[in-house]
Amino acid sequence: MRRDLEIIAALIKPGARVLDLGCGDGELLHHLAREKGVNGYGVEKDAAAISACVAAGVNVIEHDLDEGLARFPDSSFDMVVMTETLQAVAEPSRLLDEMLRIGDECVVTFPNFGHWRCRAQLATSGRMPVARHLPHDWYSTPNIHLCTFRDFELLVNEKGLPIIERFVVNGDHEFQAHINRFPNLFGTTAFYRLGRAPR
Amino acid sequence: MGIVAPCRAHFDDCLTLQCGVTLGGFDLVYETYGTLNAERSNAVLICHALSGNHHAAGFHTPDDVKPGWWDTCIGPGKPIDTDRFFVVGVNNLGGCDGSTGPVSENPATGEPWGAAFPTVTVKDWVRTQAMLADRLGVHRFAAVIGGSLGGMQAMQWAIDYPDRIANAIVIAAPPKLSAQNIAFNEIARHAIQSDPDFLGGRYYEADKRPRRGLMLARMIGHVTYLSDDGMGTRFGRELKSGDIGSAQDVQFQVESYLHYQGTSFSEKFDANTYILMTRALDYFDPALESDGDLVRAVAETNARFLILAFSSDWRFSPARSGEIVDALIAARKDVVSAVIDSPHGHDSFLIYNERYFEVLGGYLDEALRRLDT
Repeated sequence: MRRDLEIIAALIKPGARVLDLGCGDGELLHHLAREKGVNGYGVEKDAAAISACVAAGVNVIEHDLDEGLARFPDSSFDMVVMTETLQAVAEPSRLLDEMLRIGDECVVTFPNFGHWRCRAQLATSGRMPVARHLPHDWYSTPNIHLCTFRDFELLVNEKGLPIIERFVVNGDHEFQAHINRFPNLFGTTAFYRLGRAPR
Repeated sequence: MGIVAPCRAHFDDCLTLQCGVTLGGFDLVYETYGTLNAERSNAVLICHALSGNHHAAGFHTPDDVKPGWWDTCIGPGKPIDTDRFFVVGVNNLGGCDGSTGPVSENPATGEPWGAAFPTVTVKDWVRTQAMLADRLGVHRFAAVIGGSLGGMQAMQWAIDYPDRIANAIVIAAPPKLSAQNIAFNEIARHAIQSDPDFLGGRYYEADKRPRRGLMLARMIGHVTYLSDDGMGTRFGRELKSGDIGSAQDVQFQVESYLHYQGTSFSEKFDANTYILMTRALDYFDPALESDGDLVRAVAETNARFLILAFSSDWRFSPARSGEIVDALIAARKDVVSAVIDSPHGHDSFLIYNERYFEVLGGYLDEALRRLDT
């Protein structure tokens, strides 16, 4: 299984109800259903990804995240997961609110625009960074809301959402000591496990 | 699929319908394609829509111009693969293609039932289909599949016989009709009933048919089956005859299409059956018994669901299919849903579409693998 999905899978309790936004080929849900008896649903808009879910026997709902998540009732899931998708949606802040309306907790991962390579490229060439974890040119990228870890945490703090756990990894999804010391400089991807804002 | 032949099953059993009327016995006409395996696990039931019947695939004679109504989808190597599935098509009770219906003789009077044929519901159909399944030695269907009114039957199957259906494939179907849907049906019924040849539904005895009414009903139906864009692409403002410049005897292509569809339908379909089928559509509401709560209605189902809708279908829109999906998720049921991009409106469910067939075929492939393990 994809290494980042393994990290997420470890965060999910057996038998949990899981909603996976932008579930791709359904690999995480397939694994969770088999190994942890999870009742999971994927949300996806890409036809090829949906076909892959169908072939894998994964519950998948064709739905565009940019239409919002009003169809999902409050507190209908234990965990709402969104991997590498936050930066590609029209309204990331609203979506984050929605995720924690639907789920008791959520896990969000996204690429770090504050990685030193991005900073260096922008500083030296004066051009929009293209990196392994951000491979698109500015005009064709689906990533329309890029942010750094620090940006994200500012938003999360503003909303008053508790960060239950945070993991930061490199481009190979490995944990390294120097990343933990300067995550916003050396981290490629972060996994945020967030809870609801206390009332 | 080649040449296929219909079969007839007679049931002596007294059947009390949901409306309370008891039939002393009844016939169902059906067809089967493919072979039932030794485990009897590969049977698929095809439920027909408003004007469909048992003849879903293949030809009855080598001279037939048209194959069965869903031949694009059923056959060797097709999404509903007859090399692997044992496919059953049935003409529903109340139909006009051989099963007991308004055209049949009412044993109490010795005359055709006509409009006096009792009201039948989707629930009644599902029950009689289960009786046919017993007769065929099928305890549990690998899948029950239908589009439109057929999809409603698939859904009712999952609710009424949770242990006799592994997969419910509900295509272009809502959880119940909207007021607008019922309104269109009522216009169709009124068109038929106000035809002087309808004679209160007793037109058989007078050797008449309410052709004009039935034609009008079908023309209205066809407008709701297509989309504005689809009609535009197919017919545009092309003229069949005449000249707009001289404003004489102009006939647009779309008029010609509607006239043709209406006329041919009025020759072959029974008006009383049409009224009965539209009533079954209107009354369908599986959540009625659970105070309108669809989540509770599907709570005891065990089937996996495939819910398909089409982007340009405004008769039963993707949002309506979505209501079923959302109820299934809330009830923690297994469900796959896809919205197929298609310009053909409600008719899309009958028409080849690469993605539609890929999802349907892919789902059935996976269903078969699951049944084998």
